[in-house]
Amino acid sequence: MTGDLSYVGKPIARADGVDKVTGAAQYTHDLCLTGMLHTALVLSPHASARIVSIDIEHAKLLPGVRAVLTGKGLCYQLGLYMQDKCILARDVVRYQGEAVVAIAADTLDIAKAACQLVTIKYAELPSVLDPRKALNDDAHLVHPNLHTYDHMQGVFFPTPHSNVAHHQKIRKGDFNRAMEKADAQLTASFYNPPVQHAPMETHASIAQALPGKRVEIWTSSQSPYTVRHLMSTCFELPHANIRVHVPYVGGGFGGKAGLGLEPLAYVLSREAGGRPVKIVATREQEFNTLPSRQGLHSTIEIGTTSAGKITAFKATYVWDAGAYADYGVNIGRAAAYAGAGPYSIDNCWIDSLVVYTNKVFGTAYRGFGHLEVLWGVERAMDLMARKLGMDPVAFREGNLLKEGDTTITGEPFTKGHGNPHQCLQSVADAIGWGTPSDPPAEASKVRGKGVAALHKAPAMPTYTSCAAVIKMDEDGAADILISGVDYGQGTYTVLRQIAAEELRIPIEKTHITWECDTAFSPYDWQTVASRFAYMGGNAVIEAAADCLNQLRAVAGQALDASPEDLVCENEMVFPKGEPDRGIPYPRLTMGYTFENGNSIGGPVIGHGRFIATGLTHLDPETGQGLPAQYWTYGAHGVEIEVDLQTGEIEILNIVSALDAGKVLNPKLCIGQVVGGVIQGLGSALWEEFVFDENGRFLNAGFVDYKIPTAKDIPRHTQQILLENPQPGGPYGARGIAEHPMISVPSAIGNALYDALGIDFTTLPLNYERILTRIREKAERS
Amino acid sequence: MHEIQFTVNGQRERARVPAGMTLLELLRDRLALTGTKEGCGIGECGACTVLLDGNPVASCLILAVEVDGHRIETIEGESGGGELSVLQQAFIEAGAIQCGFCTPGMIMSARGLLSRTPNPSDEEIVEAIAGNLCRCTGYEAIVEAIGIARDRLLEGGAR
Repeated sequence: MTGDLSYVGKPIARADGVDKVTGAAQYTHDLCLTGMLHTALVLSPHASARIVSIDIEHAKLLPGVRAVLTGKGLCYQLGLYMQDKCILARDVVRYQGEAVVAIAADTLDIAKAACQLVTIKYAELPSVLDPRKALNDDAHLVHPNLHTYDHMQGVFFPTPHSNVAHHQKIRKGDFNRAMEKADAQLTASFYNPPVQHAPMETHASIAQALPGKRVEIWTSSQSPYTVRHLMSTCFELPHANIRVHVPYVGGGFGGKAGLGLEPLAYVLSREAGGRPVKIVATREQEFNTLPSRQGLHSTIEIGTTSAGKITAFKATYVWDAGAYADYGVNIGRAAAYAGAGPYSIDNCWIDSLVVYTNKVFGTAYRGFGHLEVLWGVERAMDLMARKLGMDPVAFREGNLLKEGDTTITGEPFTKGHGNPHQCLQSVADAIGWGTPSDPPAEASKVRGKGVAALHKAPAMPTYTSCAAVIKMDEDGAADILISGVDYGQGTYTVLRQIAAEELRIPIEKTHITWECDTAFSPYDWQTVASRFAYMGGNAVIEAAADCLNQLRAVAGQALDASPEDLVCENEMVFPKGEPDRGIPYPRLTMGYTFENGNSIGGPVIGHGRFIATGLTHLDPETGQGLPAQYWTYGAHGVEIEVDLQTGEIEILNIVSALDAGKVLNPKLCIGQVVGGVIQGLGSALWEEFVFDENGRFLNAGFVDYKIPTAKDIPRHTQQILLENPQPGGPYGARGIAEHPMISVPSAIGNALYDALGIDFTTLPLNYERILTRIREKAERS
Repeated sequence: MHEIQFTVNGQRERARVPAGMTLLELLRDRLALTGTKEGCGIGECGACTVLLDGNPVASCLILAVEVDGHRIETIEGESGGGELSVLQQAFIEAGAIQCGFCTPGMIMSARGLLSRTPNPSDEEIVEAIAGNLCRCTGYEAIVEAIGIARDRLLEGGAR
């Protein structure tokens, strides 16, 4: 892995480019099967109600209607970590927008018309919308039977007869004693609202119930094998009876990580006598019915010495899970073990509570809770620095993790973790930290600078694994089979680079087919957590080594040489130093034939795999243990300009540094960073769900919920990619896909204080919120 | 039902369509031109952008009956004779694509711009794609790609 590299580290253009610029790329949205039915849903108008009766008889009679389902006959409990959800609401509805009736018909228009013929009577129940109030003893229970639900034992800890789906504790050292002795103390509270992933392709699934209790699924999913596994668990079907295809996927960002519309499509198909059933979420349903990012209320306490060393850190994180736990419980866990930021803290106490409310439920979203907790932590670091009269960068510098420190779960920080100091210093230097901004062109505007650090590790089970298979072709090319999904990150291109590098063949002779199919592609857990290039890359390296061993074994017999003495280079196998005696791969990949016709070997198929190693469950009482395969560190520095008359923020410059370990493809890597930063701007400046007092979702669509457009690009962006290798990573690489989004809001919040002398603690930092505070400050002075 | 005639990518088409059918449905469901995407159905995301007589429109907001006698261009017509257009090539080179779901609409908006304004400024490029949402790329590479295509078209004259 040393020396000159031909493909790894090069800015190779993405493999899927041609399909995508010509419109040839087929997404689940685009697929149509013979006899396929289309689905419309009846959604709950109430946040919390008992279903008194549902009359579907008129709907069933409409010509062209093939299946009408309610939750009544669907006695299945679903859930990745906590089995708390039904396919359609049963007995009660727990959020406005929850699916209550599903109708499959010959056309979408007929299905929609049939929905109008359904009559549902509800009796409204008390509801709970604020997760802090949901913790009260007398709060309405979203799941009265929580104590009976199956869940992942030893990892998640629901509190029976409460709204707490999971309580994650981190206890290190003696917080109370350290806080008492601290020279300086700070307490501050922060809030992040729920937001939407808003992938451009909404969720879409097609399922067909086949004879013999088999099911075939085509779906816009990040995780074909998790869909298969959860379908198997839910319907008690053998895994092999379920075949999941994932064609091109139009963005995921975590929202398509778990189980979505697949079970509903399957039961509709079963009801319709086995005709394939397609469900495509409308944009409104994408917001209002399918899961989102949880809200978070944070309270943070910090104690330091007078010299600025953090001695005590406490946080209470109250997550607004919404009606179902989904990935939310694991976010509460993962964001807790990262919940003190990338700092060395000897005395730490964190309570992370994932709390049910009567709102659309939360799930994984790029950053997996880290953007949310670091909004508070990285704002609090600036507040603390100010209290101490210290420079915020210098204050962080004195506390960032370094070799010899341990994380808050007791994990030793090593050189292989990367260099958070270098990340912070790089962005500080790049934005001219310490030198004042140039004066703005207009007198009504002011400027400010801010920094924020970030970190994240893949949040995954201790046994997370994946495999890769490389089939070599007659012409010596390599077909890579893998079940991680490339929904735009570019991982397939990177895996091809790795395969070409390892097999010593041109990249043009490597291929990955853009459809995962559980019938043919080997297992991968899920495409989440920025771990596909890391784990898939390692699996491809091992599969390539297996191919090379097979090629050398056959060539050794052909050349009468020991395989150990053979090298593979330029698509040939030859004895060291004797390329003239080389046998080209095409004469080996299907077996080698001697001059007399005798043949040896056979088709070369390599197999590689990777499993997370050394991870432990966290101690339920202290949170101590090893949860992270690796960490990725980074920082952002921003310079902003604020219009005092409108509250509008313009991002003049945003510099992002990430310790990637090894940049496998700079073009794709920078693409991830720029895209993540702009998505982070959405969370920072505009995006939030708005509910009325009855829990009705008021901005479920692009009219009232604005995501960044081309007009919102910062005036300047810069990406600094550091390469301090991760010893276990392919070529030393770490995951970086989620990280660019994390701490973008914090850096902007810190810059806002620099510009205005006003501390913001609630996201988003929209014009209205900023202008209100500017006016309040002006009135006070 | 209404009888309409129109051209798509230079091909003459005839169809009988219900009054409520959108141009997007006509393209995707009747003509199997699924390169044009639906992202919201209410004209807010731009994924369904096509050219109507050379001008970018949200095809989800145009009724099929309105295109009677008109000229439609979609992403399927962008690469003539199997060769990628300068715009398509530039999108690949600049890394202007991630998930790809917005890409067809984005390219059609860019094509509309370059047809009517051969030498647009970067601000005009941004303005032209301001109605096309992309959740993946952060737009920088898309603006760069359209700039590359502009420069090459001005130099060369290829499509």
